[in-house]
Amino acid sequence: MLGLGPLFLGGCSGGVLDPVGPVGANDAEILIDALLIMLGIVIPTILLAFWMAWRYRASNTKAKYLPNWSYSGRIEAVVWSIPILTIMFIGGVIWIGSYRLDPFKPLPSKVPPLEVQVVSLDWKWLFIYPQQGIATVNELVVPTGRPVHFKITSASVFNVFFVPRMGSMIYAMPGMVSQVHLQADKPADMFGVSAHFSGDGFSDMQFQVRSVPEADFAAWAQSAKGSSLALNGAAYAQLAKQSRNVQSYAYAAVDPQLFHSIAMMKTPPGPGPEPAGPGHAGREVSTVGRH
Amino acid sequence: MTDLSTFSTSREALLRRREEPVGHDPHAPREAVPGSGHGASGPASKRVIVGYGFWIFLLSDIVMFSCFFAAYAVLQGATAGGPSARDIVDLPRVGVETGALLLSSFTCGLSFAATNVRNKLWTQAFLAITALLGLIFVGLELQEFIELAMAGATPQRSAFLTAFYTLVGCHGLHVSVGGLWLATMMAQLQVKGFRPEIVHRLICFNLFWHALDIVWVGVFSIVYLMGATA
Amino acid sequence: MFGRLDWSAIPITQPIPMITSVVIILVILGALGLVTAKGWWPYLWREWITSVDHKRIGVMYVLLGVVMLIRGFADAIMMRTQQAMAIGGAQGYLEPEHYNQIFSAHGTIMIFFAAMPLVIGYMNFLVPLQLGVRDVAFPTLNSVSFWLTASGALLVNISLFVGEFARTGWLPYPPLSEGTYSPGVGVDYYLWAVQISGIGTLMTGINFVTTVLKMRCPGMSYLRMPMFTWTALASSLLIVAVFPILTATLAMLTLDRYFGFHFFTNEAGGNPMMFMNLIWAWGHPEVYILVLPAFGIFSEIFSTFSGKPLFGYRSMVAATLFICIVAMMTWLHHFFTMGAGAAVNTAFGISTSVIAVGTGVKIYNWIFTMYGGRVRMSVPMLWSMGFIFTFVIGGMTGVLLAVPPADFLTHNSMFLVAHFHNVIVGGVVFALFAGLEFWFPKAFGFRLNEGWGKAAFWFAFIGFWVTFTPLYILGMQGMTRRLQHVNIVEWAPMLQLSLVGVVILIAGAACQVIQLVVSILQRDKLRDTTGDPWDGRSLEWATPSPAPFFNFAVMPNVEGEEAYWGIKQRATEEQQLAPEPNYAPIEMPVNSAVGVYTAFFASVGGFALIWHIWWLAGLALVAAFIGFVVFAWRDVHEFEVPAEEVARIDRARRAARAAVLAQLAQAKGTAS
Repeated sequence: MLGLGPLFLGGCSGGVLDPVGPVGANDAEILIDALLIMLGIVIPTILLAFWMAWRYRASNTKAKYLPNWSYSGRIEAVVWSIPILTIMFIGGVIWIGSYRLDPFKPLPSKVPPLEVQVVSLDWKWLFIYPQQGIATVNELVVPTGRPVHFKITSASVFNVFFVPRMGSMIYAMPGMVSQVHLQADKPADMFGVSAHFSGDGFSDMQFQVRSVPEADFAAWAQSAKGSSLALNGAAYAQLAKQSRNVQSYAYAAVDPQLFHSIAMMKTPPGPGPEPAGPGHAGREVSTVGRH
Repeated sequence: MTDLSTFSTSREALLRRREEPVGHDPHAPREAVPGSGHGASGPASKRVIVGYGFWIFLLSDIVMFSCFFAAYAVLQGATAGGPSARDIVDLPRVGVETGALLLSSFTCGLSFAATNVRNKLWTQAFLAITALLGLIFVGLELQEFIELAMAGATPQRSAFLTAFYTLVGCHGLHVSVGGLWLATMMAQLQVKGFRPEIVHRLICFNLFWHALDIVWVGVFSIVYLMGATA
Repeated sequence: MFGRLDWSAIPITQPIPMITSVVIILVILGALGLVTAKGWWPYLWREWITSVDHKRIGVMYVLLGVVMLIRGFADAIMMRTQQAMAIGGAQGYLEPEHYNQIFSAHGTIMIFFAAMPLVIGYMNFLVPLQLGVRDVAFPTLNSVSFWLTASGALLVNISLFVGEFARTGWLPYPPLSEGTYSPGVGVDYYLWAVQISGIGTLMTGINFVTTVLKMRCPGMSYLRMPMFTWTALASSLLIVAVFPILTATLAMLTLDRYFGFHFFTNEAGGNPMMFMNLIWAWGHPEVYILVLPAFGIFSEIFSTFSGKPLFGYRSMVAATLFICIVAMMTWLHHFFTMGAGAAVNTAFGISTSVIAVGTGVKIYNWIFTMYGGRVRMSVPMLWSMGFIFTFVIGGMTGVLLAVPPADFLTHNSMFLVAHFHNVIVGGVVFALFAGLEFWFPKAFGFRLNEGWGKAAFWFAFIGFWVTFTPLYILGMQGMTRRLQHVNIVEWAPMLQLSLVGVVILIAGAACQVIQLVVSILQRDKLRDTTGDPWDGRSLEWATPSPAPFFNFAVMPNVEGEEAYWGIKQRATEEQQLAPEPNYAPIEMPVNSAVGVYTAFFASVGGFALIWHIWWLAGLALVAAFIGFVVFAWRDVHEFEVPAEEVARIDRARRAARAAVLAQLAQAKGTAS
């Protein structure tokens, strides 16, 4: 099924039809299945429409002219049944798929999941690895073959945490913690985005994602501990200010209560832009300074 | 056409059928009355059209109120450490407000009965009492808001208070605008008498005032009664 | 004194808005100057600005919609160009602050100030004619509705050179749209423009529900109404049911921004998710408000150009009402990814797919309308066939998005952008152009040039697919929407291909404009002398082209579905027109300036509120109230058209019709 995907819309590697793990693969399979079910109806319908217009065109005197014919119970029955049956089928796909791929549902696995806490800021992503005691900005590294349990919140406005090749996206909302379970089964260099517009620096919310073998992951976490930066209160306050095009880096240490504090809004949300003022009446200027 | 100025408040006059058809005649054979707008009998009369259109407007206004009710329901518990519903509800005052508003609906109905028999004096009298009762309602509500705000329970304090002030205040704003409309209507009635379009507007005003009553029943049940017993 | 307004509100340092603003201002001044020089003000004031005639109001709505469509299209060209240029390290020519305003303005203008006025314009023009009556239920209210919509459009355009527009997208989601993260005037411009025009739209909904339910000519029962009128009714019912939600929700956001309330803020317990629910409870029915009349237009065209009645009329009515009701039960599909859980997502996924049943039935009924017909492939039919192809595919991608796990991959991506343009352009825009060709003669008395119309269609159809197919592909590649610059260079080919499509669309738009100019120059050759250029089937074709201001000299008495077709059949069989009716004097509503007056103060008040000029806002409110009282005080509501005048106009119509009958008889005579 899945092999048809790239064939259909050629050159689709690197996107949602090129998944690296079970969640992405299941999502994509459902997308393709639904597409094929619908095409089975849509293509004949369009062909029928064009055939009908062609056969009964005014210049075709061979076709019967039925100027008063406008009702047929049998045709009506078919015409209502086709969409009803199709939608019943799709409804089944919806029901089963929604339960099976509920983002809050843990993935079956023999190994315990990696915990990652995600905070969306203006305009970068903060990833906290509580089990490793490190944090990164705009860089996510995950081990292959192990589920990753993401807990997500926002320190300013709505965003959406989305790694296309890993599958399901979910909202990052201030004052709330959403969750998604994802898994990468093979090593890959991927990108992640925010899939919800969040302001002037939104285009820079892209972040690097790498899935690496377990051993390499451990090595990477160890090397992150060599960073000179620590994510304490002051560092976080600085991070929360609006900034754009942030290159990825790591923190060697992170306050274990930080994520909870941000999610419960004990740590206040990040500040917004400079309000309208003299020299730019009515127009806000982001504190990054550019105008 | 009957000369309406000769009507009195006699019992016959009160029982006299309306001169414009409004719907079906319950004592006539079952077919659509021309001018009612039912079925295929042609366009409805002006009175039916105006009343119907205004009724549709009221339904849309109720949809708008339901959004504020929904917001209130969602934000009920979001007190942000500030006062909750139990802390701000003052049932005695709400009781007086409710009494005033319900009574004003009654007097509004009485004024319309007077309109039906084209009695200008009683129409104006009952409209004036309606206005006075409405003023009492709005006055008490303003007093409530001011007292709460001075005690620190401002709408900026918490999402719950935001929702409270907005829902109750939206209703109060409708009553106030209704009062302004009422005053304009009384002036028009005085100057122009019971012209058809004036009567149509009085019908609309009555619908409006009664609908506000219905919404108030919702407000005081959900906000005040449920709030007091939360 | 002037709130937060001062001279620095004019963006002198930004060339694009400055040049655009200057050009627009010069054009407006030029137009005003021309009108003054030629002495056209009395005519314009009497015949258009203060008119309460539904046909005039309909034409003004369409004019407003077309002008704003051009502005929205210009925004789209800028967006596609920026995305095709700003790839890899390149930053393009629009910085984020500006680009974000452009895509927000594009969506806002297209939905609120292009599509809605166009659809409402068509409803205005056609519904009373199709119902066989003289005007809508509340003609003066109708005028107010139009002018309030124009007021909203004016405010949006003022933001181009005084201050800035919203940067939040066409729906201002909090917390981004709250005062903390959008402290400028942009969101305020949006809020007041949409709120003011929203009130106009709500009044239109009330007007048309009342008109269709309470003002039909004798004999026209519900199941004898034309399909376009049914869809206008369904759309108006939706307007009445959901526009108050928009009013309330935007009011809540306004209270948050102006008074520091906490409906949707991050702090003090506000709930931004509530905004999503409320706004989409309006937003989803909104697209059905747009598309249902579009379906109605296609119903009229399919039956007229196949020479047969619409197949399955009652089925169509049932499907329309079905769509109308279910449309209000699907809104959560706009945020499946907000984490409501499997049960909720399933329920809304199923309700969303269920709407496809209603739409599918309609498609098949149109197809079977062509069965046994004599299909004439003129320009309206071309648009209709283009619609079938485009809309069915767009609807299909909608069903894909209705499956939550699939949506988890495609929410807010370019796939979504391609989907909604697919259905709105393929459905609503194609319908509007088809309807334009179809009903232009009725409005103006001459047909549009067919050749340029066909060219416009082909460029639009091909251009649409070349523009949006790459966007579907980009969505599959993981590209999200609203990006000011693109970091992944592999996406460049598709972005550039999309730009080629835009060029084709520009050619289509140019053909449409040329068609109008050429048709006006050739209007005598293209004159519609009978009032029935397409062999129509509903009552609007019984009137001359253009229709007289009172529509019908005597209200028709309808005896079956397709009221006018029955009249024509009888006339052709009997070889003569129905006997001359008894002409009676007609009462018509007088003109009123209350619409333009109210809108003027709404604009002033809106502008004042945006810039926090409180005294001016108060003044505008008082002035509006005074206007209301003055209007309510008028003694004369109607004027009488004497029976002789009615007779004169109608006899001219009858003469033209008699001439056509004679021609037909002659043709039959020579044939037999």
